[in-house]
Amino acid sequence: MSDGSVKIKNLVKTYANEHGHPAFTAVKGIDLEIKDGEFMVLVGPSGCGKTTTLRMIAGLESITSGTIEIGGKVVNDVEPKDRGIAMVFQNYALYPHMTVFENMAFGLKLAKKSKDDIRDAVTRAAKALDLDQLLHRKPQTLSGGQRQRVALGRAIVRNPKVFLFDEPLSNLDAKMRVQMRTEISRLHAVLRTTMIYVTHDQVEAMTMGDRICVMRAGVIMQVADPLTLYRQPQNVFVAGFIGSPPMNLLNGVVKRSGCGLEFVDETGAFIVPLPSRLEKFAEPFVGRKIIFGARPEHLSPTPTSDVGTQKPLTMTIELAEPLGSETILYLKSGARQIVARHIGEQHCQPGQTVALHLNMEKVHLFDAETGNVINA
Amino acid sequence: MESSRSRSWLFGIIGWLVAIVLFFPIFWVAITAFKTEQAAYSPSLIFSPTLESFHEVFARSNYVGFALNSIYIALGSTLLCFIIAIPAAYRMAFFPSAKTQSTLLWMLSTKMMPAVGVLLPIYLLFKSAGLLDSVWGLIGIYTLINLPIAIWMSYTYFREVPSAILEAARVDGAGIMSQIWHVLTPMALPGISSTALLLIILSWNEAFWSINLTSSHAAPLTVFIASYSSPEGLFWAKLSAASLLAVAPIMVMGWLTQKQLVSGLTFGAVK
Repeated sequence: MSDGSVKIKNLVKTYANEHGHPAFTAVKGIDLEIKDGEFMVLVGPSGCGKTTTLRMIAGLESITSGTIEIGGKVVNDVEPKDRGIAMVFQNYALYPHMTVFENMAFGLKLAKKSKDDIRDAVTRAAKALDLDQLLHRKPQTLSGGQRQRVALGRAIVRNPKVFLFDEPLSNLDAKMRVQMRTEISRLHAVLRTTMIYVTHDQVEAMTMGDRICVMRAGVIMQVADPLTLYRQPQNVFVAGFIGSPPMNLLNGVVKRSGCGLEFVDETGAFIVPLPSRLEKFAEPFVGRKIIFGARPEHLSPTPTSDVGTQKPLTMTIELAEPLGSETILYLKSGARQIVARHIGEQHCQPGQTVALHLNMEKVHLFDAETGNVINA
Repeated sequence: MESSRSRSWLFGIIGWLVAIVLFFPIFWVAITAFKTEQAAYSPSLIFSPTLESFHEVFARSNYVGFALNSIYIALGSTLLCFIIAIPAAYRMAFFPSAKTQSTLLWMLSTKMMPAVGVLLPIYLLFKSAGLLDSVWGLIGIYTLINLPIAIWMSYTYFREVPSAILEAARVDGAGIMSQIWHVLTPMALPGISSTALLLIILSWNEAFWSINLTSSHAAPLTVFIASYSSPEGLFWAKLSAASLLAVAPIMVMGWLTQKQLVSGLTFGAVK
């Protein structure tokens, strides 16, 4: 099996303005290694450089500086077709004047494969994707999900070393998105081919990726497997980006209180004594601004263990979203807003006051200046 | 409600009036062609139709020769136009530079120059290149005249093709020629065919250059018409017969393809 590893070194993409002067740097010197057979998700808000990075890997965008290696070979100046990649585009990008069969066969035809080989490859891929009944149809007669499966089929028949996906599910409705998500994951499990998947949807990232690369403003914020990303965010951006509803992030300062330290948020309404686990990390930050992070599920009406806050936080429910398996509570304490997640059905009314215990074992502290995590 | 109905009536009447005014010369040429030379001078609509003028026209000049030249020149220049315009429009539509828009405008501005302004240099160039009275010479000059329109229109149609489809083709292994031939052209076919129709009509009807640069051998139908308004004086019936013979093929083509033409010319404007 050919090597589908991808190595990106100090990759930069700068766009020039109309006078040819550098105007905007979309990717600012990123380094990333993707192992052969790995499912890597590039995720981030729009404009973070994830699609530009993918397009540079595909060869559709020129590289300003740095190198991209695929299978151990630098491909900076290699044509897309010779990179051993296949790409699935956001808006399917099927050839509208060709049938499903012709769409899938086009690449093989250009590669001058024999008619029999082409028919075999296309039929096999079509069967795997449940497209065998649609081979003679034109793309405009297909549903969104079917079109994306054709795009997937077109990629598969090329038998690439690396699959590239550019937000392939964002044009589909919610139900179809979940279905295609599992289909792509299953495809990865069967083919064990390297896949690089760009999305802005963190749920897609968390459910599909072996590892996730979180990007922001052309820079990689953290690369890790989904659970590490969730449990140990390296910075306040990742902490806020991964997880839904997002982590509660409170600006405040570390203060001494008696023999210990406590966090006081900027409104003054939210004061939590820091447990000894965090004290050694917070010690250098006494009197300085930090950001206190707590996931919604780590706020509960009953103390989970003796590591909970000594004193429960009393808050008022502003809004309750019952989702069946869980309830999302939007709470207010003074001017401070906090989101909590309760497992199971809760009968909560807006205006009701609840006492919440914070699982201090799970909270995160970030340096407000750099945004980097302190407690690690 | 009442006022909007009367307004649409008004527009209907104006539309018909404009159509009649535009169609009247063609109508008049058509009936004059079937009159005798004497009857041609009277504006009467009642006359006994005759094919006399047609017989004389066919006897005096080689209509088929002129018509064939018109066909060669119109098709040849249209084909040559596309060979240049499609790659140019591809580049402009999918890899525009900072100067693309101004280049497009500049190309169009050359259409605003009066042709007679460059008659002398072109004539001398043609003379020294031995292109006077040659079909190739006219194909060349018509290609150059129509190129801005061909590029503009192709550019407009290509802009409607999502660039991701061409990128998909690139990943699939298509070079520039394959992208243009297998993907872009089939996708922009409605637009390209209406552009082709327009170019054929423009080349067919062009008179200035054909009259000045050809005499007999390569002369198209426009020269054929012009030859009937010459020294001996005007013979309306014969001139009309010749005109009708010259415009008939292109009018029939225009009539048959009018749906294509209109949708092509209003493309982008209404979308």
